Amino acid sequence: MNHEYDAVIVGAGGAGLYAALEASKKANTAVLSKLYPVRSHTGAAQGGISAALGNVEEDKPEWHAFDTIKGGDYLVDQKAAMTLAEEAVQAVYDLENRGLPFSRTEEGLIDQRRFGGHTRNFGEGPVRRACYAADRTGHMILQTLYQQCIKNEVAFFDEFQVLDLLVEGNRCAGLVAVELATGEIHVFRAKAVLFATGGFGRMYKITSNAYANTGDGPALAARRGIPLQDMEFFQFHPTGIKGMGILISEAVRGEGGILRNRDGERFMERYAPTLLDLAPRDMVSRAILTEIREGKGIRGDRKIDDYVHLDATGLGKVVLESKLPDISGFVRTYLGIDPTVEPIPVLPTAHYAMGGIPTDIQGRVIVDDKGTVCEGLYAAGECACVSVHGANRLGTNSLLDLVVFGRRAGMHICEFVDGIDLPAIDDSAADSARSWIARLLEGKEGPHGGQIREEMQTIMMADVGIYRNAEGMERAVSRLRELRERYASVRVQDTGRSFNTDLLEIIELGNLLDLSLITAESALAREESRGAHSREDFPERDDEHWLKHTLAYLEKDRVRIGNKPVDTSLWEPKPRVY
Amino acid sequence: MKINLKIQRFDPQTDQEPHFQTYEVEVEPTDRLLDAMMHIKRFEDGSLSFRKSCAHGVCGSDAMRINGKDRLACKTLVRDVVAGEGDTVVIEPLRYFPVQKDLIVDQEEFFTRYRAVKPFLINDEPVEKGERTQTPEQRKAFDDPTNCILCAACFSACPIPEEDPAFLGPAAIVNAYRFLADSRDRGFEERLPVLDVPDGVWPCQNHFKCTEACPRSIKITKRINETKRMITTYRKKRGESVKDGKL
Repeated sequence: MNHEYDAVIVGAGGAGLYAALEASKKANTAVLSKLYPVRSHTGAAQGGISAALGNVEEDKPEWHAFDTIKGGDYLVDQKAAMTLAEEAVQAVYDLENRGLPFSRTEEGLIDQRRFGGHTRNFGEGPVRRACYAADRTGHMILQTLYQQCIKNEVAFFDEFQVLDLLVEGNRCAGLVAVELATGEIHVFRAKAVLFATGGFGRMYKITSNAYANTGDGPALAARRGIPLQDMEFFQFHPTGIKGMGILISEAVRGEGGILRNRDGERFMERYAPTLLDLAPRDMVSRAILTEIREGKGIRGDRKIDDYVHLDATGLGKVVLESKLPDISGFVRTYLGIDPTVEPIPVLPTAHYAMGGIPTDIQGRVIVDDKGTVCEGLYAAGECACVSVHGANRLGTNSLLDLVVFGRRAGMHICEFVDGIDLPAIDDSAADSARSWIARLLEGKEGPHGGQIREEMQTIMMADVGIYRNAEGMERAVSRLRELRERYASVRVQDTGRSFNTDLLEIIELGNLLDLSLITAESALAREESRGAHSREDFPERDDEHWLKHTLAYLEKDRVRIGNKPVDTSLWEPKPRVY
Repeated sequence: MKINLKIQRFDPQTDQEPHFQTYEVEVEPTDRLLDAMMHIKRFEDGSLSFRKSCAHGVCGSDAMRINGKDRLACKTLVRDVVAGEGDTVVIEPLRYFPVQKDLIVDQEEFFTRYRAVKPFLINDEPVEKGERTQTPEQRKAFDDPTNCILCAACFSACPIPEEDPAFLGPAAIVNAYRFLADSRDRGFEERLPVLDVPDGVWPCQNHFKCTEACPRSIKITKRINETKRMITTYRKKRGESVKDGKL
């Protein structure tokens, strides 16, 4: 079936929905989502959305921008970070005006709390900048935006999986998708396409990410010759539930929770004397791993799955139940622990992709190091790289990123589609996707994806995780190439057309394999440590040679690495200490 | 330990009727039921179909009937549903919705009823600057309904739709209440035509099955009763009777 729209948005999380609200004001817009919109992973975000409202204590967007830039270890494009911080204030008010049920101060204003890396006056001490709704801020944002889409009658194509991006020269013309309920292939011809497909933590074995987070947008863009930026920077959130990866929000530490090793020591005192447990996430994750390697994990056996304690016992029942109810629930349900009396066993978990599809601050996709725009192609949210997060993202900046840049992309789409024609699409546009699906569904015997996925996730966790070195990454690259070859002969076990979730998983696996290879190659190429990218063989930050973005071009089974400059026009890069 | 999962299967292309298939799987007591199902899907039978995403109880994708109780597969631990080695867990799709494949049901009607209550803030008063204020007490008044993840466990658990399939349903009503009780909302009258009708809020008979099933601990029955009270008070003030279809 064929469709024509001014704008097609892929992904119905925070960025996709906000873009849809804006775009649908003037453009005939459709939102495609592989899940029902309310299942999107934005709903799992817990801690908050930051904005310098100054409701609880003095704050300024300038301080927020600086914290974001320093938090990103100076790989952040600084004027973009300033845009993020400045637009944050109105973005939060807009969400509230649309009904978001923020937690409140006694005076009835939006309440704010402390969060990692957010400081007053350029690093003096922590500042209460994170606006929150208990520990369900993401859920509230997702629900509020979906409610607004219902109010504005936005058109949704639920449970459609995108298969191919149609790009002719430097012009995007639409996309090809499969309707999961029927197996039917649909071609969407559009003046503008926005990818808001979220993250890809499922490259890793232990992750906070949903099963659906498989980087579909970036994988399709990469296969069409569009470079992916800064893929080596993948954030490991310090506090995932041991063994499961389920996120325990930084908000626990924001409310006073403390990380302790087997001696009961608040070990962050040694790693970040000023911000302590509220240091940026990459620093805390490395600290935890270092403690474990030195035999100070709770078991003390130095094994990779040893863990530390997150001690929330000092917070008291009232705070835990009113401000952190969901987290208290997770800990009770999955660990059988009462957080008011027992510490929570935690371990870093693969959490957030700082890298992704490169864009400018209007959300337009940039395809090289010279600022060349791919006409009609946009990206926003976690799958995009503006870059506002640089080498490491601060907590509460992602929900903000979705709202600010989702909105900007939607607004630009309105302008862009006005008065231009629908691009031409060849009759054969869907052929490549059709024949690929047909091949996968062929009754032929072939390996199933399950084994390949296990291996990929294990390799990535071991060799492209928190601490990296050349030997490990080279091994990962070579194993991933092998896995991609084996993938080529994968076949489904379910050959049906209706709700073929087996087929969906194989499509997703292909996307993850491509992104894993790109991540490993990008990591191998960067010979320094910066933000979340830590190399044992190159432990120092090297601004002289490496203060630049990585661009990775997927070329069959190789990845070609390029670079592009970072905007450091506002603050001079300095060592990142807290 | 080894346990059995007895799962309802249905492939519209090949089956006339749903039927059960039993799988044996090796599990730990602390595994999520979803983990066991994923293991089967990935290593034994790729055709087993079910929805899932977040795997920790916040997205609502994997609501299903487990040993006759409507719950989320990712929030149900093996030890919650088996006593020991060799036990069987029966897994069926949610009730009342057409089965599309295995445990995947057509939720269109569920979302249609949700949309019918206008589940968005209704307030055209201009905001001068910043946020509309709301005290912590006012915020608390509608707190638990804001947690709804639209998983439909409550709808499946409710006995009313068996007799009265047009009943608006607990989720739609509780999402309406979320706005009725929000001090910033002005949409009470606008939502009345959907709530104050014979198939609106009135069919609820306080069975409490919804409240028991809700994985987000929402006091659904309580909120439905509060909604009924708000409507009754409103009608009384105007000398009208509620439109519950009774004399």
